[in-house]
Amino acid sequence: QVSELVQFLLVKDQKKIPIKRADMLKNVIREYRDAYSEIVNRAGKTLQEVFGLQLVEIDSKRHTYILINNLPRVEGKYLCRDEEKEKMGLLLIILSFIFMKGNSVKDSALWEFLHLLRVYPGKQHQVFGDVRKLVTEEFVRQKYLEITPIPLTDPQEFKYQWGPRSEKEISKKDVLNAVAKIQGKDPTFWSSQYSEAEA
Amino acid sequence: NTVMAAQMTNAHRRFLQVLMSNGITEGSEARKLHQHCCETDKVYYAHDKLDDFISTINSHLQPLFMQIRKGISEDDGRAHYAVVNLAETEVTKMASDYTEMELELFRKTMDLIILSENGFASSTDILNLADQLKTKKMKKKEAEQVLKVFVEDKWLSEKNGEYTLHTRCIIEMEQYILSNYQDVARKCNICHSLAIQSQVCESCGIGMHLPCVRKYFRGQTEPRCPKCNEFWSCDTP
Repeated sequence: QVSELVQFLLVKDQKKIPIKRADMLKNVIREYRDAYSEIVNRAGKTLQEVFGLQLVEIDSKRHTYILINNLPRVEGKYLCRDEEKEKMGLLLIILSFIFMKGNSVKDSALWEFLHLLRVYPGKQHQVFGDVRKLVTEEFVRQKYLEITPIPLTDPQEFKYQWGPRSEKEISKKDVLNAVAKIQGKDPTFWSSQYSEAEA
Repeated sequence: NTVMAAQMTNAHRRFLQVLMSNGITEGSEARKLHQHCCETDKVYYAHDKLDDFISTINSHLQPLFMQIRKGISEDDGRAHYAVVNLAETEVTKMASDYTEMELELFRKTMDLIILSENGFASSTDILNLADQLKTKKMKKKEAEQVLKVFVEDKWLSEKNGEYTLHTRCIIEMEQYILSNYQDVARKCNICHSLAIQSQVCESCGIGMHLPCVRKYFRGQTEPRCPKCNEFWSCDTP
């Protein structure tokens, strides 16, 4: 069962879709329900030991899990396919923006910022295609971004924050250092972000 | 002979992660990756120890019924590596990426390719299949698009409007094909692996990979079949 669960998790995670406990029980564990935690535990250990992936519960109420990459992040061309790399590039820019703005930004502010990078929600982008869909659907589904409606706004406004996968996979310290490098300043220039990054 | 406990290091894990996300990795790329991983994770690196490196990973993948497998491209004879699922009884790896209808088209295309003389199926023949799918009839335009995706994802490769199985597909599905197409699937007489594209002896019917033919007949002015000794009728590549 452990090996079946490991394979199940790897395949599901390939799409970066969070895995529900219910799916695990139905598709893999089936009649071994009583041994559920034992099986999940062992699968987690195997994923870490063999693949360097960590099984993390991101929603303890709804019991959803994701696999995060536990290997030390490194620059270079081997990280992922080109298409993935470009999407990650855009994601990191968005996450940096959100972090530097105090961890939450309004949708209008984000799209204004992306405007400056010639990324428009209405137009098809040469590399990213439908950017609005990528940001508001794909990144959200993959738990990289979290978009929540702001109450009492008319027309409805939304706030954008880091999603649970970003919180686990991406280092705020690295983000701050990258921004500092681009702006030619010391990371301590942004005191609140610095203390948050060092925490 | 000292036997060292083969431990997984981050270098091994990184190598495995990249191999998995690539789908298929060519030999020289794999060697570069091996070096990169060892340097990044500060693990001892020896340029000729790639096989040992992979064996270590494989020993840990074995209880999971997975394996890093090496296969030879039928086009250029170069080695390629892929992570395969040994417990696969059908095209399960593809199952999560495609609809039922697309999978049926793929299976039927695979039938055409394996049953063919030369390992290729023409796009016309495949598009005609699309019309007869049991799940749901697929329009020609849609089928063309699906074929394009199969090529992009490296399950099929295309040459001059004809399709054959990509090296990745052959490495991943060799066992599946050999067991499900037992009577029809050809094995190369030289290397004994599955042969999709092959040259066939007109007299006794044995088949050989083109790169294997090239190697076997190198320097021979009168190529003869290794089994029945008749003149080899095909042009040696």
